[in-house]
Amino acid sequence: MARAKLRVERVTKRFGGLVAVDGLSFDVNEREVLGIIGPNGSGKTTMLNMMSGAFKPTEGFISLSDRQISGKAAQTIARAGVGRTFQLVRLLPGLTVLENVVAGAVFGHRRQWGQSAKMVALRMMERVNLNISPNAPITELTYIDQKRVELARALCGEPNILLLDEWLAGLNPTELEAGIDLIKTLQEEGRTIILVEHVMGAIRSLCDKCVVMASGAKIAEGSPEQVLADPEVIRAYLGDEDE
Amino acid sequence: MIRGSFTELLIIAVLAAFAATVPLVANGYWLSVCVTGMMYIALATSWSMFSGPTHYISLATAAFFGLGGYLLATGMSDYQQPFWLMLAIVPFTGAVLAALIGLATLRLSGVYFVIFTLGLAEMIRNLVSWIQNNFLGSRGLYVLTDYTERHIYWMLLAVAATVYMLGWLINRSRLGFSLRIIGGDETVARHVGINTATAKVILFITTGFFGALVGGILAPRYSYIEPNQVFSPQLSFLVVIIALLGGSGRLWGPLVGVIPFTILWELVQTYFPNQTTLFLGVVFLVIVYFLPHGVVGRLEQALEQVRKRR
Ligand SMILES: Nc1ncnc2c1ncn2[C@@H]1O[C@H](COP(=O)(O)OP(=O)(O)OP(=O)(O)O)[C@@H](O)[C@H]1O
Ligand SMILES: [Mg+2]
Repeated sequence: MARAKLRVERVTKRFGGLVAVDGLSFDVNEREVLGIIGPNGSGKTTMLNMMSGAFKPTEGFISLSDRQISGKAAQTIARAGVGRTFQLVRLLPGLTVLENVVAGAVFGHRRQWGQSAKMVALRMMERVNLNISPNAPITELTYIDQKRVELARALCGEPNILLLDEWLAGLNPTELEAGIDLIKTLQEEGRTIILVEHVMGAIRSLCDKCVVMASGAKIAEGSPEQVLADPEVIRAYLGDEDE
Repeated sequence: MIRGSFTELLIIAVLAAFAATVPLVANGYWLSVCVTGMMYIALATSWSMFSGPTHYISLATAAFFGLGGYLLATGMSDYQQPFWLMLAIVPFTGAVLAALIGLATLRLSGVYFVIFTLGLAEMIRNLVSWIQNNFLGSRGLYVLTDYTERHIYWMLLAVAATVYMLGWLINRSRLGFSLRIIGGDETVARHVGINTATAKVILFITTGFFGALVGGILAPRYSYIEPNQVFSPQLSFLVVIIALLGGSGRLWGPLVGVIPFTILWELVQTYFPNQTTLFLGVVFLVIVYFLPHGVVGRLEQALEQVRKRR
């Protein structure tokens, strides 16, 4: 049987007295799209940050294809094949669109240089439907195009697993539709993806499995239909709205 | 991703060839000004190879420069070693010092890095002075060679040309690209797989290497080496001002800054010897307010506007 591609075991993250992630465990299998959902401040981004190496877990382990990655530096984890985007888009303002994208190909999982790196970057720009001059400055991009650049940069590294932190947030309805379709095509390519999302429609149509977090802990796990019907999940979300 | 063309290399070669003829036509005062200018070109260019892309302002130039000059003088004066042997050794001591500073400051962010480098350079200056005054006070450090200003000039030119070649190669390499990404966003740099610490330390080591080398080359100019003179913090500030004036975003930025600055600096020192610090302050303000990206940045901005209007 296929073993878990990414395994999170009893991971805890404390910031001083605050427990941002509290003993979380879950598995992601090859070619699976896992959704991490939960109210604001429930620890989703913190969990993603530990998977990508931005933070080290206070306790617990994370492994990729049976190799421990928790506690390793972000660059080591990136080279091991973990690609990510950021909740607040992070692009390099002094660089062109192409340079922003090609960074992923030059230093990522497959380290390329020169013409071959450039070809990969151009292919990935096309892959994410970025119809803009490769030499355009990054400052001239619309919001969704900025998100596309970030996604293309992550894809350039040919990651084994892709972490998307609210990639669909902040898009208008038309853009949202295009965005969901784009991620759907990534899923159809057989990629392993972890999505942090608030958009319920996207979760329903994209995720094979969901982990629901509240106050750092896992309160439910299962198919999107299952977890979204779970009374505890509904309570967590409604409770959040009351505040 | 790849910066620096072969045209750029050719321009550098032509400029260097032209610069090499200067001692044939200039002498005395003007040659001495050119030696100073060439020293700043080498120092400011290697400084901005690290600080330009990373935005880490280093005030350690005086430490490297002083180390180079002082060690070379010690070797020649106290141990009767030949000039060339000492000159071959000192850059590596600068590199080692830079590596130690780099490793110690890896986790420091921008502001703390500035303070650390300034503090460290001052500490080294005081330590060396103290040792000299308390234990070695009775003897002087003489650097007696047959080299004249023109030889020193040519040596500095060779170093400056080497710095340019190296900078040009780095700009065309993965390392150069990684530094631009680090300068843009260090978190992104790490997440695309760049070992940011290694890249920064490598570049800082090159500034230490060339700083000490230049310090060693300049030693025969002073004949008599005194710690407070070779470790003078003023040098660190001058190098920063020159690099920022020209623009540290491009390899040839500092070169653009050196020429006007050296001329102005000489004039101020000659006619207003008591106002040099005031002058530096004014130049610094001008840079901060009117030329945040240096003369070169201003030029590029202007070119961009012309292109857009067409
Ligand atoms: N670097 C940090 N230092 C201190 N506290 C932090 C840090 N990062 C996150 N936190 C805290 O951890 C908790 C979880 O934050 P996190 O960003 O993971 O939530 P989230 O589920 O991603 O929320 P959102 O849906 O708003 O993005 C919050 O209380 C937050 O304030
Ligand atoms: Mg978040």
